[in-house]
Amino acid sequence: MLAAHLPIQRHPAAKLLVADRAGGLRHVARSQFASLLRPGDLVIANDAATMPASLAGQHVASGQPIEVRLAGRSSLSPDDMRAFSAVVFGAGDFHQRTEDWPLPPALQAGDRLALGPLRAIIERVLQHPRLIKLRFEGGPDEIWAGLARHGRPIQYAHLAEPLALWDVWTPIAGPPVAFESPSAGFAIDWRMLASIAARRAGFATITHAAGISSTGDPELDALLPFDEPYRIPVATAQAIRRARETGERVIAIGTTVVRALEHAAARARGLRAGDGIATQRIGPHSTLRIVDAVLSGTHEPGTSHHELLRAFADDATLQRMDAELNARGYRTHEFGDSVLVERAHGTCRELAGLEACATSFKSTAMAIAR
Amino acid sequence: MGKRVAITGGTSGLGLALVRELRRRGAQVAFVARGREGVDRVERQNPGTHGIAGDISKKEEIHPIAIQIAGALGGLDVLVNNASALGPVPLALLGDTECEDLERALAANLLGPFRLTKALLGALAASARDGRGAVVVNVSSDAAVQPYPGWGAYGASKAALRHMSSIWNAELEAIGIQFLSPDPGDMDTPLHALAVPDADRAALKRPEAAAVELADSIGAALERQKAGAPC
Repeated sequence: MLAAHLPIQRHPAAKLLVADRAGGLRHVARSQFASLLRPGDLVIANDAATMPASLAGQHVASGQPIEVRLAGRSSLSPDDMRAFSAVVFGAGDFHQRTEDWPLPPALQAGDRLALGPLRAIIERVLQHPRLIKLRFEGGPDEIWAGLARHGRPIQYAHLAEPLALWDVWTPIAGPPVAFESPSAGFAIDWRMLASIAARRAGFATITHAAGISSTGDPELDALLPFDEPYRIPVATAQAIRRARETGERVIAIGTTVVRALEHAAARARGLRAGDGIATQRIGPHSTLRIVDAVLSGTHEPGTSHHELLRAFADDATLQRMDAELNARGYRTHEFGDSVLVERAHGTCRELAGLEACATSFKSTAMAIAR
Repeated sequence: MGKRVAITGGTSGLGLALVRELRRRGAQVAFVARGREGVDRVERQNPGTHGIAGDISKKEEIHPIAIQIAGALGGLDVLVNNASALGPVPLALLGDTECEDLERALAANLLGPFRLTKALLGALAASARDGRGAVVVNVSSDAAVQPYPGWGAYGASKAALRHMSSIWNAELEAIGIQFLSPDPGDMDTPLHALAVPDADRAALKRPEAAAVELADSIGAALERQKAGAPC
């Protein structure tokens, strides 16, 4: 697929490939997404704003220039701003592909990092020599100020110009907790929200700290996605409950929404309002308890995002979709075109009633096949 | 949990009085002002507030300000666009007003509030959806309505802000974000002293009194939203 190389969130010509539950494919203008909705459908987006998570600075012991990309945090609390997991790179330029960046100096627990106005210490080296747990000095307000003044959004080599924060905040961006943009939400603007309401469909949000999408290092990328904290507001949990009771569709805007909702639903007490940390991977064998369809970017096979789509559609459908995307010149990456994939074979609610939703149709079918 | 409020121009005049009044009422308060020293001083004098140094009239500073507001408060229920610029000092007839002075007034009084509101609209809408209520106060003036000679740059920019508030209201009523554009009256503030250096200060309204009225208006707007909320 072609790389979308301009940071235009809602390109007037943005395309949407729709895969319905029977595997039927059709192309529509993405701006017409709301016209695909039925009364009662519930659209759920991730309202996380994106942090300026890329911090240039110096590894103090060696004097070497480095770039630290914040990658994870254990909660969404505004006061819990000191400890982050992070991936460390050598000094580079955003035009270089991440995989071509120089390596940083050897990193050890106790090493100090000077990142503009921010000071940090490496607490631990995690599962990879460049993946660290760091702790900032100072209070939360100082750390927010340092990030706001010194940090830059994580950059993409396929773009011609460096990204500014306004390029990566979706129109509905709220709490600044994502490390990379929940870019499926670029499709939504306020006019579309009005169209969704006019269709008598619902709109709700969760906040999910979307993590970094790629590090350029196969060993590190194999660890993705990292654990991601999320928050489900009371109103959203109520809207989901209503949709489930009435058998309406829940449509996720982006893979992060799928990950958060399905993580919450898999807990012992089921989906509740409140905070959680999504730790699971979603793939062909995952049970989908909540989400009936997902709007997402176009993803290359093999990526974790593409794997997630395999929970919605079978491989034959995804292969036909890939062929269509290539044949019709769909653009990939954050500012590219989109797909809408409906869960194959309809919602379990339609097929088997509400109780059976605890096990997805897919796993039920597999059990029968055995 | 107290309401999460952000106030621009929070180190003097009405803004400072609002920081104190809303803090007294239990709100979580973040405030913005240009000077780091003033921000630090007000933060020290009002423990628990979040001081942010930044200039809302500069495009490049809007997102750094917004990220610190939404980051420190974990969201936002009330935004008070209070920071204002007078335009030419001393006041000038429009025929004598430099274009650059008008541009500066528009940048502070119209573009800044627009940009900051837009950057924080997602956080405000999330509060509205979750039944917390969401209010934006665009501090207005009688100069937004009355054509006072000499107040051209200020009056025109405040008139535009007032009209923009009405349009925001028309567009966002269904979403549950309410815009207020109150005229707090002629107050004894640094901005008034710049405009009318020889004013009888004793005859001017105390900003503390205006802050109480404004805090009451915000509280009433949030109560109305609660009464009308679907859940």
